[in-house]
Amino acid sequence: MATLHTQTAARFMMAPAVLLLLAWMLVPLSMTLWFSFQRYNLLMPGMEYFTGFENYRYFFSNPSFWAALFNTLYLVGGVLIITLAGGTLLALLLDQPIFGQGIVRLLVIAPFFVMPTVSALVWKNMLMHPVNGFFAWLARVFGFQPVDWLAQLPLVSIIIIVAWQWLPFATLIILTALQSLDEDQREAASLDGAGPFSMFFYITLPHLARAITVVMLIETIFLLSVFAEILVTTNGGPGTSTTNLTFLIYIQSLLQFDVGLASAGGIVAVILANIVAIFLLRIVGRNLEA
Amino acid sequence: MGSITLDHVQKSFGGVTVIPDVSLDIKDGEFVVFVGPSGCGKSTLLRLIAGLEDVSGGKISIDGEDITKTAPAQRKLSMVFQSYALYPHMSVRGNIAFPLKMEKAPKEKIEESVANAAAILNLTDYLDRKPRQLSGGQRQRVAIGRAIVRQPKAFLFDEPLSNLDAALRVNMRLEISELHKKLNTTMIYVTHDQVEAMTMADKIVVLNAGNIEQVGSPIELYTRPSNLFVAGFIGSPKMNFISGEKARSQGAATIGVRPEHLQLNRESGMLTGTVGVAEHLGSDTFVHVNVEGVGQVTARLPGDMPVSHGETVHLTPQEGRIYKFDEKGLAI
Repeated sequence: MATLHTQTAARFMMAPAVLLLLAWMLVPLSMTLWFSFQRYNLLMPGMEYFTGFENYRYFFSNPSFWAALFNTLYLVGGVLIITLAGGTLLALLLDQPIFGQGIVRLLVIAPFFVMPTVSALVWKNMLMHPVNGFFAWLARVFGFQPVDWLAQLPLVSIIIIVAWQWLPFATLIILTALQSLDEDQREAASLDGAGPFSMFFYITLPHLARAITVVMLIETIFLLSVFAEILVTTNGGPGTSTTNLTFLIYIQSLLQFDVGLASAGGIVAVILANIVAIFLLRIVGRNLEA
Repeated sequence: MGSITLDHVQKSFGGVTVIPDVSLDIKDGEFVVFVGPSGCGKSTLLRLIAGLEDVSGGKISIDGEDITKTAPAQRKLSMVFQSYALYPHMSVRGNIAFPLKMEKAPKEKIEESVANAAAILNLTDYLDRKPRQLSGGQRQRVAIGRAIVRQPKAFLFDEPLSNLDAALRVNMRLEISELHKKLNTTMIYVTHDQVEAMTMADKIVVLNAGNIEQVGSPIELYTRPSNLFVAGFIGSPKMNFISGEKARSQGAATIGVRPEHLQLNRESGMLTGTVGVAEHLGSDTFVHVNVEGVGQVTARLPGDMPVSHGETVHLTPQEGRIYKFDEKGLAI
């Protein structure tokens, strides 16, 4: 059905959705772009003027910027590595026939349903707290000095918290991919003399490549904008050690009220996200070809 | 070498017994076909031999050596699956080389074996393609290639031709038979198609509900079926069975006549009926005759026989071509 008539009809039908999407996306984006070229501070109302690339110059020369950029990349990279490796291992375990399989699977998926602020607070106060936390208790049981996680290893702590939230997602997607592996292929490989390790690296992992790619892309999109976990645990500190780009923009817009500077930061973040996306699609995108 | 012996092999899944008790001897170099209707346990039997399922009882040995508890890879058998089970992310070369790679064979030997197998199977031009870029017949050949590079003691085929179209199936049937002549390795072939069984086998094993009904050469099964099941299963079109008065007069509970052994006559004969459908195949004509009190009887007649729907005809079996069975269905 590709007559002129159906094409016109299709365009007509799609128009509301496209227009809505444009309004939703294009208006905020262009406003951000506009504000990024304005000297616009909420503490000095009525004094806005066009300032060219001045906001960008300030944003890039801000020492927090580079720290925030690398924190963002470390956070994304760290969480990706943990969730993909852990998710694959967990999926392999969950694929084994065990007693109470349904309940175990439900429990594994559970962290995904806990909201980020809640899970971060649980981690902060019940697990990582240097006095009352479970890890501190564990360290004392073995006679070690408890680690003050959020003060001594702030970024690592944030990575652990975020990875814990995303592990179920990775596990779930990889588990379903694992279950779609043709049983005949496994049997053929076992007849061909493949042991468990060869089976995993030659048969299972290539089969999972596509699912892993999808997890990677989706997680990257969300991990570039991690915010709540940082806000309720470290507030970007100590210093700038857990400030990522999102949090830096938050500081500038809602703590320093510098809308212009924050908008410039927002545009930088958008560009960064696109660079990462292009980069990712280049390396892993070929896995998505059917 | 590759003689396989099944000694009182049993298999049940949970409470369901699939194979009650099977004993069988397969000689080295033999082409054995397991044939039977779907669900008769023929694939299960093959998987037991391959080691993909554990036996519930009994013993399997290869060349006199008990391998009942041996892992599949150590049994030195190769299997060709119905779905081919090719590794989709590997090239044809990678697929064929995989078993050797797992054996950690030296690179030159792998190269040589792959080239050899590819030459035998006409795959040389396709070595660098991925399985999804191949046709069904080519995929089938890759699966066979993967099986032959290991130089196994025996090949196991699990309905390898059922995913191919009719013309290709005839072709591959010949190719597999030729391969068997060339390699002279034991082959066990599972199929539900009695034509495949008849054309390829040295020895046919007819299975029904997990039991062996009869073992023998194709001609033996055709000429001397030991019971009703085998008589009905081997031969196409199916044998006609007649019970009742006409059978009793021959001293049997049931008599069977193959369609090709019926002669058509317009004046008189043993069976009288009206022609239902006549299938003209060119070389033959299959005539389905509705006989009062007996049911539908099929006769295979020469291609030029002019019969038409509704005609009244008489059918007479050829002398000495009547199979007789007793009440239990066993041949007399």
